[in-house]
Amino acid sequence: MNTKAILEVKDLHAWFGNTEAVKGVSLSAAYNAVTAIIGPSGCGKSTFIRCLNRLHEELPGAYATGHVLIENIDIYDKKVDPVSIRRKVGMVFQKPNPFPSLSIFDNVVAGLKLAGVKRQSTLKEIAEQSLLSAALWSEVKDKLHAPGTSLSGGQQQRLCIARALAVEPTVLLMDEPTSALDPISTAKIEELMTELRKKVTIVIVTHNMQQAARISDQTAFFLSGELIEFGETSQVFTAPQKEQTERYITGRFG
Amino acid sequence: MMERHFDASLRELKEQLVTMAGLVEKAIEEATQGLKTTKSERFQNVYELERKINQCHISVDSACLKLLALQQPLATDLRLIFAIIKINTDLERMGDQAVNIARNAQEYIKSPPLKPLIDLPIMFQEVREMVGITLDAFVKNNESLAREVLKRDDRVDALKNKIFKDVLELLKTSSEQVEQGLTLILIARNLERIGDHATNIAEDVIFALTGEDVRHSTQVATMKTALNE
Repeated sequence: MNTKAILEVKDLHAWFGNTEAVKGVSLSAAYNAVTAIIGPSGCGKSTFIRCLNRLHEELPGAYATGHVLIENIDIYDKKVDPVSIRRKVGMVFQKPNPFPSLSIFDNVVAGLKLAGVKRQSTLKEIAEQSLLSAALWSEVKDKLHAPGTSLSGGQQQRLCIARALAVEPTVLLMDEPTSALDPISTAKIEELMTELRKKVTIVIVTHNMQQAARISDQTAFFLSGELIEFGETSQVFTAPQKEQTERYITGRFG
Repeated sequence: MMERHFDASLRELKEQLVTMAGLVEKAIEEATQGLKTTKSERFQNVYELERKINQCHISVDSACLKLLALQQPLATDLRLIFAIIKINTDLERMGDQAVNIARNAQEYIKSPPLKPLIDLPIMFQEVREMVGITLDAFVKNNESLAREVLKRDDRVDALKNKIFKDVLELLKTSSEQVEQGLTLILIARNLERIGDHATNIAEDVIFALTGEDVRHSTQVATMKTALNE
C-alpha cells in the first residue's frame, strides 16, 4: 500500500441550517486504502462522506466549511467546479439506483456521455471494462440493452459501481452499499471492494461492524458529529483507545 | 448502563473457568500433600480431579467456540474470549502436571528419601501462591496482581535450579540413588512448568484487560536493543 495520503480532510464542519452535523473532523486516507466510517444513526457519517464530493451542499440550507484535499487539490476552493469533483469522487448509495429508463449499457456510460464522450467504440470499451471491474460483465454481456432495473438487487448495485467506475474516479464513496442486499450479494460486493482498492481509494459508511472489520484498513468512529477515534481497523476492533468506541462496538451503548 | 444478554453468557463462561481453576488448585494441593503425607488416597484424588479438569477443558472450549460464532465479539469481549481459550489450555496442562507430580511422588515414596526436603516444600508454596494470585487477578480483573505473578516466576525458576544443583551434588557421592534423585528433579521440573503456565495466564489476563501483549517482553526488548546498537 502506498502510504501517501490521497484524501485529506481538515477541520470539516457541515451544517443543515443552524444544526451542525459534522463538527471539525480531520482525517486522511492513503492511496488505495479502504476507510470505514462507523457510528450510530444520526452521528453524521453519511453527511461526512457527502461532503467529500460536495453533494451535501445540494440540500436546501446545507453547507460545509473546512478543507477536503483530494490529490492535494482543495475541493472547497472557490475556483473548483463541484461537477468536476463528482467525476473524481464517485458515489454508491445504500439502495441501488440505476437510471430506470436506461439500459444496462446506457447506465454505465451515462457519466461519460454527460462529459461529452461520443465515440461508440470508446463507450463500448469503457462499458466493458467497468462492468468487468464491477464483476458484472459475465452476467450481463448478452443483455446489455435490457433495462438496468431488470437486474437483481445485488446486480443493480454492481451496475451502480460500474457506472461510478466508468468515469475513472480517484475516490469511491460508498454509503452503506450492502445494507439492502442478501449475504451472497454482500459477499460479492465485499470481494469486489478488495479488487477495486487497487484502482481507487474507498471510503465506506457501514452499520455492519463485521463488514468494517473485514474490508477496511482504517476505521473512523463518529459520534454526535465528532470523530471520536480513527485508527488501524485491527487496533480499533481489538483494543480501541476510547471508552465510547469500546462501548459502541461491543453493543454497550445507551 | 443496560446489561446485554451476552454479558450473562460471558459471566457464565468466566464462572466455568473459575470452577475449573479451583479443581486445578485442588489437584496441585493434593499432589503436594501426597508427597508430604505419603497417603495414596491423596494421589487418587489428583487422578480423579484431572478427569474433571479434562471435562471442563472440553466444555469451556465449546462454550468459547459458540460465543465466537454466534456473538461475533469485538474489543474487550473478543480479548476476554481469546484469553479464556488460552487460559483453558494452560489450566488443563497444569492439571496434567499435577498428575505428573503425583506419579513421580508415588515413585519417590516407594524408597527411603534421598534427603530431607527443604527447597521443594518452599517451591510448592511459591507455585501455589503464584497460581492463587493469578486466579485472583482473573476473577477480580486486576492488572497489578497479574503483573505481580510475572515477577514471581523468577523465584520459582531459581528454586528449581537450586534443587537441580543440590540433587546433582548429592548424586555425585551416592550414585545408587540416581532414580530417587531423578524423580526429585522431575517434580521440581513439573512445579516449574506449573509456574510457567501461571505466568502465561497472567499475561493473558493483562492482554484481556488492557490489550497490551506482554509476552516475551524481555526477549523483544533485548532484540530491539540489539537492533539499535
